[in-house]
Amino acid sequence: MEFKDYYEVMGVKRDATQDEIKRAYRKLARKYHPDVSKQADAEERFKEVGEAYEVLKDPEKRTAYDQLGANWKAGQDFNAPPDWDAGFEFSGGGYTGGFGDGADAGAYSDFFESLFGQGFRTAGQGGYGTQGGFHARGSDHHAKVLIDLEDAMNGATRSFGLRVPEVDAQGHVTTKERVLKVNIPRGVKQGQHIRLAGQGNPGMGEGKAGDLYLEIEFNPHSIYRVDGRDVYLDLPVAPWEAALGASIKVPTPAGAVDMKIKAGTTNGSKLRLKGRGIPGKPAGDLYVIMGIALPAATTDKAKDIYKDMQQALDFNPRAGLGV
Amino acid sequence: MVTQLTDIMSGIILEEEARLSLRELCDACAVHAEFIIELVDEGVIEPTGFDKSHWCFSGVSLHRIRTAKHLQQDLGINLAGVALALDLIEEVQLLHTQLQRLSGPEHE
Repeated sequence: MEFKDYYEVMGVKRDATQDEIKRAYRKLARKYHPDVSKQADAEERFKEVGEAYEVLKDPEKRTAYDQLGANWKAGQDFNAPPDWDAGFEFSGGGYTGGFGDGADAGAYSDFFESLFGQGFRTAGQGGYGTQGGFHARGSDHHAKVLIDLEDAMNGATRSFGLRVPEVDAQGHVTTKERVLKVNIPRGVKQGQHIRLAGQGNPGMGEGKAGDLYLEIEFNPHSIYRVDGRDVYLDLPVAPWEAALGASIKVPTPAGAVDMKIKAGTTNGSKLRLKGRGIPGKPAGDLYVIMGIALPAATTDKAKDIYKDMQQALDFNPRAGLGV
Repeated sequence: MVTQLTDIMSGIILEEEARLSLRELCDACAVHAEFIIELVDEGVIEPTGFDKSHWCFSGVSLHRIRTAKHLQQDLGINLAGVALALDLIEEVQLLHTQLQRLSGPEHE
């Protein structure tokens, strides 16, 4: 497994004070918090910083980590030396929350688990599990799933891989891949949650299983943009179509339709196709935004036509600017 | 290890169909009822129903409570700060969506 340089992750020197480490953590946690940051790798970075802080904030763990030596480089192949932790007692070290969410139990890296994992898990497990007569409802599981706009338009069946942490009898955490086939209901919107009853983590004793919550997120679409149930489309039109009016074909998420555009349509004007967005109560609308596309003047014939227009039309597009 | 499930599962869309009781919400967010009551007092979530035993929450509350819990645990923010952060995060998201809508997919 790879060695992790927790000082590098936190951006602090090896001799940083506990206060400096705390300040660095607070700053990085705010920056990379997955609920706050828009950065794609925010969640990963956040977990990394949390793990580093978990070790460095606890003087005992920090001392133990330090004694591995300063010569290790991040990413270097690493195996914990035998009895490296002799004389340390981590189980009482007190682990902060944030990772205790059930779904996040596998959040720490293998590197961390190999050093500090064992004591933590067994300490956390104390008194649970095998004792007779103990029943508890399983915890709920949360996951984000990516779907396409078309799935929301028509409804669909999609398969998702979920990583589910499992704790074995020795207290080791392994992640298991679980594949689910789920009906995506027609009309679902970005950010909505689908609840699958009884598909969360199993309960203890006779306790019921928890529920699985899927948060819906849309893949970016190549031509449409989505806002709630409304869909937006940029539609290029030829100058003569805009000037003279025309009946043209327009793609919609449910298939192409014919649309009339009025004579004198201007660049950027918006047409609403009622009910052509994502279905629902009420259904969303499709907004078509006109963009006038100019034919390139690359041939002599095209150049002549532009010149004719210039001579025939007394047109100053900058008249409104006073020049 | 991969477990292949062949059954196709159907769920309900929380935001539209679900009305959650205080108990269900506690389970779904893995928090104590006291935390949810504090969030109601802070105005972060608004249940319908005249007293705690009849409180009914919309699915939107679920997302807010989970975010509130994370912000409190991970960043050490008090509830008033959490409430402010939630409002600001939602406003940023709204602006982000509007920006995307206006600027087109190529500017994402």
